[in-house]
Amino acid sequence: MGEQVIVCKELTKRFGDFYAVNNISFEVNRGEIFGFLGANGAGKTTAMRILCGLSYPSSGSATVAGFDVYRQQDEIKKNIGYMSQKFSLYENLTVSENIEFYGGVYGLSRAVIRERSAALIQTLGLEKETKKLVGELPLGWKQKLAFSVAIFHRPQIVFLDEPTGGVDPVTRRQFWDMIYEAAAGGITVFVTTHYMDEAEYCNRVTIMVDGKIEALDAPQALKQRFGAGNMEEVFYQLARSAKRSSD
Amino acid sequence: MEAVVLDGITKTYAGGKVLAVDNVSLTVKPGELFGLIGPDGAGKTSIFRVLTTLLQADKGSATVQGLDVVKDYQRIRQILGYMPGKFSLYQDLTVEENLHFFATLFGTTIEANYGIIREIYEQLKPFKDRRAGKLSGGMKQKLALCCALIHKPEVLFLDEPTTGVDVVSRREFWDMLARLKSMGITILVSTPYMDEASLCERIALIQAGRIMQIDAPEQIVRSYPVRLYAAKADDIYGLLKDMRENPAVESCYAFGEYLHLTMKSETADAIMALEGFARERGHTGITVKEIAPGIEDTFIRLMNQKTQ
Repeated sequence: MGEQVIVCKELTKRFGDFYAVNNISFEVNRGEIFGFLGANGAGKTTAMRILCGLSYPSSGSATVAGFDVYRQQDEIKKNIGYMSQKFSLYENLTVSENIEFYGGVYGLSRAVIRERSAALIQTLGLEKETKKLVGELPLGWKQKLAFSVAIFHRPQIVFLDEPTGGVDPVTRRQFWDMIYEAAAGGITVFVTTHYMDEAEYCNRVTIMVDGKIEALDAPQALKQRFGAGNMEEVFYQLARSAKRSSD
Repeated sequence: MEAVVLDGITKTYAGGKVLAVDNVSLTVKPGELFGLIGPDGAGKTSIFRVLTTLLQADKGSATVQGLDVVKDYQRIRQILGYMPGKFSLYQDLTVEENLHFFATLFGTTIEANYGIIREIYEQLKPFKDRRAGKLSGGMKQKLALCCALIHKPEVLFLDEPTTGVDVVSRREFWDMLARLKSMGITILVSTPYMDEASLCERIALIQAGRIMQIDAPEQIVRSYPVRLYAAKADDIYGLLKDMRENPAVESCYAFGEYLHLTMKSETADAIMALEGFARERGHTGITVKEIAPGIEDTFIRLMNQKTQ
């Protein structure tokens, strides 16, 4: 590790007199699985939108994959992948068409798309489903495909916004196998989740409360510091006092 | 009389091509807090929609408080409260207007049944003039619950009320359910979060349209047929991959900071054998112990049995 792919210093986003993100500072290392937790309304989504180049901060500084969040939003977008539970794939396109579309959006050549697409379909065991509409796939497969598509252009960082919501317990774990593999391959994983057991799978975890980072450390160290048996208890101790609640 | 009865209910979509609910039977006792536990696509919402008379089953029969969901649908609608998984209140009406609207629909007033919603609604009162669409997630959830309760239903149906909600709000919500139960309301609630199962009196584990097991949560974990072990090491992902290659190991899944393992055959020295295997593979910081299974362990085991 060592090399930092996300650096935030005193990052703030204000809407009127409401501080959605209030002076947060942290760094994420290359190849790290970084858990970004917080109560509903703590400011996670706002912070993530800034880091993905979708929104400007009010003050403070941040670089993502070496690019500045004020001046180089387009460069950021080219160097990251993004997947959310709510939207990731086009349901009315087939498996192959979705892969081709995303490859194309990220400017990969047809030859590269063809080659990676074949490898991907084989890894996922979707050979028989390539001509099926994504809308017809079971949720678990959709999520695995969505993740694969999000890292199809080999981004430096992938942002995962509650990627495992609602899936069965076996698929949820298979999904985490994919996350580990991507991280082992050098992709930095920035992930939010409401499943506290998944917080344990992260190298380091931040917990946001009311726009601020209240804790940032390895899960083991957080549990020790808060005298808690698991991450759910750590989270509960910190978030219980939250004043805000929204999405 | 049972509060809710499902007898051989089957529901398909797309002209029979998609089997959403497959011959499901279950009963909920009066005053019981009953949980339907399963992932998205398991058939939970279809079951709720059959019971709330919004959807007709292909096969089977169902009753709520002894009333048939097809024949007596109008009477059932008077006595049930339903909170759908998707926020379904009027976004353009204020908090108070929504509540007033639902009370009027059922021919009652907010004042007449205020006792039931008092504790929940007091938290919403500061925002009573805010439009529902402008509320935060946790507040929307509380308002939806109030609207489902304002006509004093006998049976309450809650479809994934805690999905996407943080740990603190989830605990608050379950405290509210316990209070409603103490008022004598029968509650059928669904959730994809296995850890919420232990808060119900009885649960049904449901997957791919079929019920895998129904019982009290303590009974379900007690029926786990084999010994379960937890293991960890400094490199937990390395340990996971290694243990899956261990020929003596039957199953191995990540559970928070530990792995949970079962063995192909029961032996007295399983802990030593697992420790030894981990050491051979060069692991450090190894801990192995026998543990009591949870609902999620049971769910995974039943799922795997079914697919084999």
